[in-house]
Amino acid sequence: MTSKKKHLFDQPRNVHRLIRVFFVLCALLLGADLLFHRHLMFAEGVFPVEGWFGFYAIYGFVACVLLVLIATQMRKVLMRREDYYQN
Amino acid sequence: MISVHPAAFLLLGGLLLPLLPLAVRRVALLLLPLAGFYNLLGYQVGYSQVGSLAGYELHWVRVDQLSLLFGYLFHLAAFLAALFSLHLRDRLQQATGFLYAGAAVGAVFAGDLIVLFIFWELLAISSVFQIWATQSDRAIAAGTRYLLIHISSGLLLLVGTAWHYQQTGSLALGHLGIDSWATRLIFLGVGIKCAFPFLHSWLVDAYPESTPTGAVFLSSFTTKTAVYVLARSFAGTEILLYIGAAMAMFPIFYAVIENDLRRVLGYSMINQIGFMVVGVGLGPGMGANGAVAHAFNDVLFKGLLFMSMGAVLYRTGRINGSDLGGLYKSMPWTCGFCMVGAASISAFPLFSGFVSKSMVMQAAANEGHLVVWLLLLFASAGVFHHAGIKIPFFAFFAHDAGIRCREAPRNMLLAMGIGAALCIGIGSFPHYLYRLLPYPVAYEPYDATHIVLQLQLLFFSALAFVALKLTGIYPPELRSANIDVDWTYRKLLPGAARLCVQVGAPLWDGLIAWSKRQVFALIEQVRQYHGPTGVFARAWPISSSVLLVTVFLAVYLFVYLG
Repeated sequence: MTSKKKHLFDQPRNVHRLIRVFFVLCALLLGADLLFHRHLMFAEGVFPVEGWFGFYAIYGFVACVLLVLIATQMRKVLMRREDYYQN
Repeated sequence: MISVHPAAFLLLGGLLLPLLPLAVRRVALLLLPLAGFYNLLGYQVGYSQVGSLAGYELHWVRVDQLSLLFGYLFHLAAFLAALFSLHLRDRLQQATGFLYAGAAVGAVFAGDLIVLFIFWELLAISSVFQIWATQSDRAIAAGTRYLLIHISSGLLLLVGTAWHYQQTGSLALGHLGIDSWATRLIFLGVGIKCAFPFLHSWLVDAYPESTPTGAVFLSSFTTKTAVYVLARSFAGTEILLYIGAAMAMFPIFYAVIENDLRRVLGYSMINQIGFMVVGVGLGPGMGANGAVAHAFNDVLFKGLLFMSMGAVLYRTGRINGSDLGGLYKSMPWTCGFCMVGAASISAFPLFSGFVSKSMVMQAAANEGHLVVWLLLLFASAGVFHHAGIKIPFFAFFAHDAGIRCREAPRNMLLAMGIGAALCIGIGSFPHYLYRLLPYPVAYEPYDATHIVLQLQLLFFSALAFVALKLTGIYPPELRSANIDVDWTYRKLLPGAARLCVQVGAPLWDGLIAWSKRQVFALIEQVRQYHGPTGVFARAWPISSSVLLVTVFLAVYLFVYLG
């Protein structure tokens, strides 16, 4: 290591601070749902769920958790050694 | 002012570049795309240029709003890629890179299917050098597979074209649809280049094997030319909705477990093309506009992401997520530019993806395609997860891998800087891009609902990442290879062939030996009965021998004396 300089994320304190700010932002964004009247992307009556409180937030969260859980299971079937194709 | 073909500067440049000394070559690399761009500004919508070749009338140039937009885009991409690779001394890579860019420009201005085919094949042949230039065994093998697949794509296009001509007498490159088998072949040929599901493996097989600069060229032209042809000839084809949704969905799962970060970008590229394909499937209007706008933005932000990963690979020699981390300390500028690219592909407000992806989503909602819309929304969350977070996180943050290297070379930083500025510029002032779109648009991406909901989607996707990471559920980056469709022709078919040889060779040898034995047994049997000592030899009458000799003698005398 050529430099002994302490960098921003070398201190766990900074990482924790960042994560805390992030949590607050998430809460604020969810709260923003209540503050204004949303117009829907779909025509009236086609997909009313879109207008439910926190639909986008929940959908995004659930989608990503599912994505990771399914992908992790896919590893069991798909993963091979790094030099699989060389041999 | 029009004097030369839109692709002329890039193509001629490609041919002449190797002859120039290094310093002149570097100037030419930057000036040629600019000159080509200037030349393009002289073209007006509606212009066409017809020439003849071997008695056929060929429409070399046809200018409309759609071809102009892609023409501008490809010159911009060529300029950025040239700037990014300015430090190279490898003439072949630079020259073929320009031929490749020129072929893409030629293809989008092609007025008929024959001209399209000519540039289509040139695209395949010129681009493979960006992969071969790595010069490793892996890269050469991957490049060869890439070339074979792309030549096949061209052959499908050619056969489809000939068949279509026979049926309709037309070679025009207009709307084709998939009503006849001829146009279905063309559709399939385009589908290969567009990386349709099951036809996509060439992309994730070959792109990560290219040189650090090669991937920047490759990510810009091939698939976008295919998207252009889809938009031109197959807009409104319903099956594209489902093909596109599948393309947007399946690669994100692969991207999560892939270790090679440029391969992750390859998968995310298919995911983004999925949005474009859905847009084209929605038909002329907002859908196709969204597709084209997204293609424009994708070239810039995907190019930027490939540039940042190329810079990392160039400086550290590593590209696996498991080997990287903490690079924000050594390469802060590259890290910053990468995050702009990541924000753009994830469609954060004020970044370019936001103003184009949402057009496709809105168009899908307008047409009432709920399932496709839900899948695209899933993919939007997923793309943030794997491209927006995973790429910058594992390369520049995560655990410090202890790598201390220099920041990327200045030319690379400049190219990334311009790319990043364009991503933010288009995201903040989308109307400059909207003005270039082929159909008149009335779309306003920035309203309170859209901004807040998109931010909710993205922040809660990030929240999922944080939660999974903190709880240790998130899968670690592992040194590994994940099998994909290319497994069929890299393992299954060669394995089947080997099996055929292993099982077949002894069988064949056995068959030959058995046949020989049968023939020899027959000969032996005949000899036994009819040979000099055989049973039937005793029945040979002497008189018949004398008769035969006499007849021969008579014939001889007759011929000789007569």
